[in-house]
Amino acid sequence: MSYVKVVEGSEAVAFAVKACRPQVISAYPISPQTHIVERLAQMRADGELDAEYVRVESEFSAASVISGGSAAGSRSYTASSSQGLLLMTEVLYASVGLRLPFVITGVNRAISAPISIQVDHQDTMSLRDSGVIQIYVESSQEAYDTHIASFKIAEDPGILLPVMVCMDGWILTHSYERVSFMEQAEVDRFLPPFKPPNFLDEKNPKTWGSYAEDNVLMEFKYSIQKAMLYGKRRIKEIFSELSKITGRDHGGLIEAYRTEGAEVILVALGSMAGTIKDAVDRLRSEGKPVGLVKIRCYRPFPHEDIWEAIKGARVVAVMEADFSMGSEGAVGMDLKAKVCGRPGAPLVLDFITGLGGREVNQQTVEEVVAEAQKALNKELPPAESYWVGLDPSIIP
Amino acid sequence: MKKKAVPQADAFVSGHRACQGCGMALSVRHILRATGNEVIVVSPTGCLETFTSPYGYSPWGVPWIHHLFENGPAIATGVVAALKAQKRDHVRVVAIGGDGGTFDIGFGSLSGMLERGDDVLYLCVDNGAYMNTGGQRSGATPTYSSTTTEPAGRMSRGKTQLKKDLPAIVAAHGVPYVATASAAHIKDLQKKVKKAMTFKGPRYIQIDTPCPSVWGFPSDRTLEVGRLGVECGLVPLFEIEDGKITSVRRIKKKIPVEGYLKAQGRFKHLFAKGQRVEEIKQIQALADANIKRFGLLKKDGAGESIKK
Amino acid sequence: MKITVGAVVQGKSSLAYKTGNWRDQKPVLDIDRCKTCGQCEEVCPDNAVHVIDEVYVIDYDFCKGCGLCAYECPAQAIEMVKEEK
Repeated sequence: MSYVKVVEGSEAVAFAVKACRPQVISAYPISPQTHIVERLAQMRADGELDAEYVRVESEFSAASVISGGSAAGSRSYTASSSQGLLLMTEVLYASVGLRLPFVITGVNRAISAPISIQVDHQDTMSLRDSGVIQIYVESSQEAYDTHIASFKIAEDPGILLPVMVCMDGWILTHSYERVSFMEQAEVDRFLPPFKPPNFLDEKNPKTWGSYAEDNVLMEFKYSIQKAMLYGKRRIKEIFSELSKITGRDHGGLIEAYRTEGAEVILVALGSMAGTIKDAVDRLRSEGKPVGLVKIRCYRPFPHEDIWEAIKGARVVAVMEADFSMGSEGAVGMDLKAKVCGRPGAPLVLDFITGLGGREVNQQTVEEVVAEAQKALNKELPPAESYWVGLDPSIIP
Repeated sequence: MKKKAVPQADAFVSGHRACQGCGMALSVRHILRATGNEVIVVSPTGCLETFTSPYGYSPWGVPWIHHLFENGPAIATGVVAALKAQKRDHVRVVAIGGDGGTFDIGFGSLSGMLERGDDVLYLCVDNGAYMNTGGQRSGATPTYSSTTTEPAGRMSRGKTQLKKDLPAIVAAHGVPYVATASAAHIKDLQKKVKKAMTFKGPRYIQIDTPCPSVWGFPSDRTLEVGRLGVECGLVPLFEIEDGKITSVRRIKKKIPVEGYLKAQGRFKHLFAKGQRVEEIKQIQALADANIKRFGLLKKDGAGESIKK
Repeated sequence: MKITVGAVVQGKSSLAYKTGNWRDQKPVLDIDRCKTCGQCEEVCPDNAVHVIDEVYVIDYDFCKGCGLCAYECPAQAIEMVKEEK
């Protein structure tokens, strides 16, 4: 029976993972993801989850255990945040290259130093080059649905890549929300058992992890890009398929919110999209033509879908909680690269908001919209990203 | 003794790119003969990984995975978990890695695997340095060996620290079986591997695998150098089960360490321009300490605790 | 030829790479001196000594000429001979 329950965000994720019948789970604690792996541990301790659960000695091993599990043909899962995700970096790159599918929850948290356990997107953004598919969620409901879709995405024979579901630490993981849960039979129909084309099989011995010379390495790397480009279509199809079963439509690779006729379009990822939607509603009610493009699937970067939504606007303001030191925000750079040179393209501006858990609220959005409109009257676009709410007076 | 063998029926075949006379390649052939073919092998980065996996040319007749350098044991743990979940645990997991990936960068991962009690047989093919990259110093490099990152020179005698006592560290985790072996004593190695396969849980075998290319001796002397290491006491061969030494390979005829050291280029600085008497004495003392600790010359060396 | 997904390689594919062209000396076995003890087969790091119909045979496709078989043979039945070009 499908049912509705008020649950902590972490719990919703644990229920989604359990419903997908993983065979190998690895666990290493780090705030704010720990509740997820703790919930899964309790489920197992109570006989509700039939997975091998490995308590590892570092995140490097957490990602490695699920890589080994996937290579041996098992559906595998782990979760991490911040420092832990960075520590997994090397493992994720290698598993991408070996085409080992698994799902990781990347619970977003700022990166040391200084150490902070508050939310921002620097951790998952720093993995954007790796070839891991990244989907950002706005709510616990979306987190639940997306985890279920993600196993199907990862294991698709044309994709075969790890998928990271990015969800904001504390804001989503530790808050309580009404979540609708699917029936187990529905999940089983949507997500059949993992059947990889290649796996460590004593009946058909093969070798994983060769070294490749310069005559083939570029082609190996391009084949990842090819899988990602194919992934854009397939991810949309899988979201749509799940949506038809659940009746809940979170959107495709993006959600275009009130972008029709919008003059200023904001672009954002994660839970701040919810805050921005409220601001858009208020501004619209005041007659201001503002809209939002919420990017769900960030890697592969859905520039075609974004373009369709923004092409009529005069200015696009990316609001992001990450920064590439020495340059600008990652999402801003991605979008500017794709609109650069397109006739009639809107002006794209980059706003840095919410680093280290700094609150993104209605005022933040209003400041961004105001700055975006001011920029339209300037001859040249601003040279640097705009750090919203920065207090330069305390910087030596 | 007449043997009938079918060429290349083994699980580790010809065509790999190991150096001529490689002690590691020799050991791996016989490890797989002893484990049988219902195994999945995991290797961290290193000589073994590199000479067995140029893209398109693999000598492995069993499923084999190389992932990264630091995570051989963790990958093995993951494979074990998958086999258990899939009810395929008649297939055993064997990890074979060099000293770099085992003593140093993979040390944490190894310790985690041992502490969890994962059912993996881990064999360290130990040539005492990062040989794949030309012979840099590792935690397994023996005292006063010259390596490229700690070379002998006017101001240096090579490595001054001791070789990390990894068998003791592994045994301290409380695992069922720990052993040391040598590429020079193949039947002993096979016996130990076969025995290890009868246990469940983490098992560790450290194999001295002489390296002609970098230790500096002719490629036909691999077993000879290995034998010298054992006979002088620097390479003690023993078994530890549940924390107790249950067997040692006795030295038939003890030789002074000079015999071993002189045979290798990596120790030649100890003999150039008049001997480094003090250093050779210290190495002899290490050998003597092994002989005493393991009872290598005694008739009955069994039953001693691993603690020094 | 197309690259494989994930660079996965078929097992035993190294048999296509003949390491025999590495050597500058080759082992020659004197059958009359051979005691069929099996040492040469055991000590070859390259699996290049085989027993075929109870006769020891060296596989020159793969023999790298390291000399271990010759050095270890208790009957001195193997001689390393310089490779003719």
